[in-house]
Amino acid sequence: MTRTLDRPAPVGTVAAGRRARLRRRRAVLTGLALLLLVVVVVTLCVGERSYSPLEVLRVLLGEQVPGATFTVETLRLPRMLTGLLVGVAFGMGGVVFQTMLRNPLASPDIIGISAGSSAAAVLAITLLGVTGPALSVLAVVCGIGVAAAIYALSWRRGVHGARLVLIGIAVGAMLDSVISYAMTRAGVYDANEALRWLTGSLNSAFWPGVGPLAAAMAVLVPLLLVLSRRLSALQLGDDAAAALGVRPDRARLTLLVVAVALIAVATAVTGPIAFVAFLAGPIAHRLVRGTGLLLVPAGLVGALLVLVGDLVGQHLLTARFPVGVVTGVLGAPYLLWLLATTNRSGGSL
Amino acid sequence: MTTHAVHTLAVEAATIGYDDRVVVHDMTLEVPAGKITTIVGANACGKSTLLRAMARLLKVKAGRVLLDGAPIDSIPSRDVATVLGLLPQTPVSPEGIAVADLVGRGRYPHQGWFRRWTPQDDAAVESALRATDTLDLADRPVDELSGGQRQRVWIAMALAQETDVLLLDEPTTFLDVAHQVEVLDLLTDLNRAQGTTIVMVLHDLNLAARYTDHLVALREGRLVAQGAPAQVVTPALVAEVFGMSAEVVPDPVSGAPLVVPIGRHHAGDGVTGRRRELASRTLA
Repeated sequence: MTRTLDRPAPVGTVAAGRRARLRRRRAVLTGLALLLLVVVVVTLCVGERSYSPLEVLRVLLGEQVPGATFTVETLRLPRMLTGLLVGVAFGMGGVVFQTMLRNPLASPDIIGISAGSSAAAVLAITLLGVTGPALSVLAVVCGIGVAAAIYALSWRRGVHGARLVLIGIAVGAMLDSVISYAMTRAGVYDANEALRWLTGSLNSAFWPGVGPLAAAMAVLVPLLLVLSRRLSALQLGDDAAAALGVRPDRARLTLLVVAVALIAVATAVTGPIAFVAFLAGPIAHRLVRGTGLLLVPAGLVGALLVLVGDLVGQHLLTARFPVGVVTGVLGAPYLLWLLATTNRSGGSL
Repeated sequence: MTTHAVHTLAVEAATIGYDDRVVVHDMTLEVPAGKITTIVGANACGKSTLLRAMARLLKVKAGRVLLDGAPIDSIPSRDVATVLGLLPQTPVSPEGIAVADLVGRGRYPHQGWFRRWTPQDDAAVESALRATDTLDLADRPVDELSGGQRQRVWIAMALAQETDVLLLDEPTTFLDVAHQVEVLDLLTDLNRAQGTTIVMVLHDLNLAARYTDHLVALREGRLVAQGAPAQVVTPALVAEVFGMSAEVVPDPVSGAPLVVPIGRHHAGDGVTGRRRELASRTLA
């Protein structure tokens, strides 16, 4: 081997390869964004009474269109926005967990964090009679609390992905039994309200919920994007991250807090929409494979999953199903497949 | 890029360990700038622990690790990372990442919160790939590489960090002997061309003796000897550090001390009386 260390290498192959990967990534992201746009338009147009995109556009521009104005502005628009935002939140929050713990099973809906928010909400509804914004705040706080507990329980000279996953699954199972208990104690009306916290649904998505959700995400999403550089250092292992000047424990904790906050905020609005956080990362990984971090693509995939799931649940099945049922049907087989193959490939995101 | 190392690394009366367990006792060590230093010793003697403390991956329980005369944990981690690079023992490559992208991660300490990728970064990656003879692998996924190629890619990532001091924790593990020699040749090139200060942990005493300017021998967490291999590597030292009787002869290629273990069998099989005598002494 001849060395050319002291001579600056001409920039060529490396830059070209990097640009090619960047182009591929941009193409996939653009495709996802366009698909999302189509789904958004369909969501706004299609329903019991369908309107043309033009009518919908006129409503959006503030015109009064008989019939359409109420349906689109009051019902469909907040539903679509809520689905879009929680989808992004679940997708991004989930993939942070999966990337950081190097385990596709380490998604907040598998390791009991969503269950924490649900259990708190169900208990509050059935036993304390709490409703409205107080309920949402409680769900967020308890989701973060449960995440902290799982983190603390799995701490042994640092946090190891597999240990955290197992402890999280156990905590989740415990919380599920708490939910079941609370449901047996609940009256019919309360049980109905509590049900939303079990499967996740956009049925109660109206304007009052959209504002706080959007505001929280306007803070959390940019924060996560800024932190993403640390995430890419952590991906290389703690020692390599430290060598690059990232403090692994501090970076991990910061990322977890932001990701949990995203998940909890979204859960507080729609309940835990089954498997969106779990599925978005791996799907995004297949699409943009090897071209960088998955945060943005997973956010887009999450939004697509929620909106398409809701469209299917609302219009394509014999009865109306909450979106969580549809995504659950999608996610469960993938979970099985993952459990069956994970040890063979030992893969991670 | 500076052409000679100006940064200094030293360990001062350091006690290092995990939780309640002390692994390295009262260690004082000055790493000669611009030289190759190798830490050797038996398994579990604390050599990796010492290196981890020098790389600030592990906090010392007592004493100090000094980078340019200042306690290393008082310097912002990012600043340390522009001076001191590390090849960890078991780094993880994200699934599907291309070689050039992985090596590019080494540019992290040179990038700010919002600073974009620059042509300098491309140049650093390219020259790191060239130096490790992995330029033709640039666009391949790291997952598909052989162990030897992968190790060279990780070294390239450490090179792309462009630090004056480079620490390597067993850079030759998982490699066959040809690749071991290749990696050590590469580190020597780096040291000679740029004056990079290199500190590494090696298992193989003979390779260490040949490729090292300054050898540091540990036993049970304590410094046994340090200095040029020609002075340090003696049968007595090998016995003390590895608990093994051996002959030390000049390596026919480089003249560096070559350790020939005696063992319980084969010694004296059809050779000189002196060796037969050595063997019987060992057996007795």
